[in-house]
Amino acid sequence: MFLDFFYNLRGRGLKVTTHNWLALMEALGQGIHGDSLTGFYQVARCVLLTSESQFDEFDRAFAETFRGVKLDAQELLDHLEEWLRDPKRLEYLDPELRAALKALDLDELRRELLDRLQNQKERHDGGNRFIGTGGTSPFGTGGANPNGIRIGGGGSRSALAVADARRFRELRRDLVLDTRQIAGALRRLRKLAREGEPELDIDGTIDATARNCGDLEVILQPPRKNSVRLLLLMDVGGSMDPHAELCSRLFSAAHQAGTFRELRSYYFHNCVYGTVYEDARFYRGVSTGELLTTLDPRWFLVIVGDAYMHPGELMMSGGDWLMSGRGPTGMTWLARLASRFPRSAWLNPEPQKLWQNGTIAEIGAVYPMFQLTLDGLDRMVQHLRRPPSPERANRVARLAQVE
Amino acid sequence: MPYSRAVQNFLGTAQYIVSAELARAVDVAIALRRPLLVKGEPGTGKTLLARDIAHFFGYPLERWHVKSTTKAIDGLYHYDAVRRLHDSRFGDGDVGDIARYIRLGPLGRAFKSEALNVVLIDEIDKADLEFPNDLLHELDTMEFTIMETNETIRAAQRPIVIITSNNEKELPDAFLRRCVFHWIDFPDRELMTRIVRVHHPDVDDRLLAGALDAFYSLRGVDGLRKRPSTSELIDWLAALRHAGIEPAKLLGSGLPFLGTLLKKEQDFETVDRRMKRGALGRA
Repeated sequence: MFLDFFYNLRGRGLKVTTHNWLALMEALGQGIHGDSLTGFYQVARCVLLTSESQFDEFDRAFAETFRGVKLDAQELLDHLEEWLRDPKRLEYLDPELRAALKALDLDELRRELLDRLQNQKERHDGGNRFIGTGGTSPFGTGGANPNGIRIGGGGSRSALAVADARRFRELRRDLVLDTRQIAGALRRLRKLAREGEPELDIDGTIDATARNCGDLEVILQPPRKNSVRLLLLMDVGGSMDPHAELCSRLFSAAHQAGTFRELRSYYFHNCVYGTVYEDARFYRGVSTGELLTTLDPRWFLVIVGDAYMHPGELMMSGGDWLMSGRGPTGMTWLARLASRFPRSAWLNPEPQKLWQNGTIAEIGAVYPMFQLTLDGLDRMVQHLRRPPSPERANRVARLAQVE
Repeated sequence: MPYSRAVQNFLGTAQYIVSAELARAVDVAIALRRPLLVKGEPGTGKTLLARDIAHFFGYPLERWHVKSTTKAIDGLYHYDAVRRLHDSRFGDGDVGDIARYIRLGPLGRAFKSEALNVVLIDEIDKADLEFPNDLLHELDTMEFTIMETNETIRAAQRPIVIITSNNEKELPDAFLRRCVFHWIDFPDRELMTRIVRVHHPDVDDRLLAGALDAFYSLRGVDGLRKRPSTSELIDWLAALRHAGIEPAKLLGSGLPFLGTLLKKEQDFETVDRRMKRGALGRA
């Protein structure tokens, strides 16, 4: 059952390392959990997890593993045996004990293991931990709670009730919370570089001078600045209206983060064509071609939109609703941007399950797409920090040629 | 360096009420000899925890308040070259002895101390992104070397390290993996009542009940930029008591001293709109 729990956690995407799992065993071996499932829940959570955003998944895995578990003595032994079948731990058990385990009932098992623990403490140190884990661990108190597992610990809520309540749902990372958190995620999009006119490093100068027995030694160095330039293109209106609030948060976060060397943001409707706009009402236009020529490939490009439109708007010449006449298709424009700015990504406020079809899938082939959630932002930042992939560059370059 | 298993489990003190989960996390951190990383909403008492642990076990406390310019080495030691230069020019003491000009930082002092210390590394997320990584080695091995004197300082007793973070920056995975982690959940009503009683032992029951009603419904309002926290509730109660507000009047005609609870202008407007619709009391 405990291995189930471990794999359940892993299955839910919680990166529980063996290192931490062993730490949990150590804590249990010391009896920190106080022989109760509630204690086990608390200990496991603080040892295995590294962020509150994982609490919800943890609770669900916990409830799933331990819910309705009716532990009678036989099953308990099975679980115990299964747990002990791990070769690493088995080393510490002698065959006599293993045989005894099978024949014992619950109370005897507890007694036996506790005795064993006592004896082994005197004999050698290595063994007591794991047997101790078996003996004083959550097994011990099994069998008395409404669900078959009793919780000690004086009047607190049961671990299952706690886990079931899903109190931490709002801390999950796949929800977007506020501007500060977005800013926090964006702040990691930085590359520090020392550039420009050297300036006086006062601390360095004082330090060097003092170390130099007082002969003045001037230290100059160029200021350390974030060298990331970010171009932000945002889809507004129409199908994006439900996401307006979210996008405005992203927008203000990008400006607030204030760490970019340069930040430019423009608006478009539905798809990028020959013109993007400085304002969301589409008065002050800027030619996309101009962006392509004036901004160098070091710029990072992030496009925010639902990528959801009539296929014609993406694939047909003259799909631009604002301009009459024919021109390159929306897809061509998108590919040109992607080709010019290899470090680019698409943020989509729509849930990922809708991405398989239509124009979203088409655009997804050109821009790596991430959901506009905290988790998605994190992954986008990670993606942008990696060197651009040559395959994508080739694919995009071909698409960009099409008129 | 084995700990003798803590003499007793951490329970919180009369001045500082902890939830069972937090108490357990402290026990685990002490038993596993790992730093305890505490996160949580502002105003939930993250910083006070270390003081309380020190108080509870009777260990000395070293505080290290991290700022945006703090470097990892600041916590270990500082070589005061300027003072040494000054002394050499104006003749004061033996400038040949560099060790005289090494000042240990909070972590360094805790390592050097014979006794077991509690070290608070407060708001670790304020510092540069690389800051936690720079501390990994020292926290793992609990020793460091002073470059100037080549002296190695090794912890006689592994200090209990409490680290707080406000989530302004993400901490590196390698660092997180080495910590015991606890998120201070916002206290429920029962725990909150106990916490408030610590600060206002003789508060009128009806006033407290009314204030808690108002407080939790205020926290329940959607779209607040900054939700009021424990410390703000305590201030608010102080204000209410000072002004002698009748418990019955709470929620009746608008909340008095709202400024102690809400800190953002937009939040006032949000709450104002709610109250006009009469939606607040029933939340």
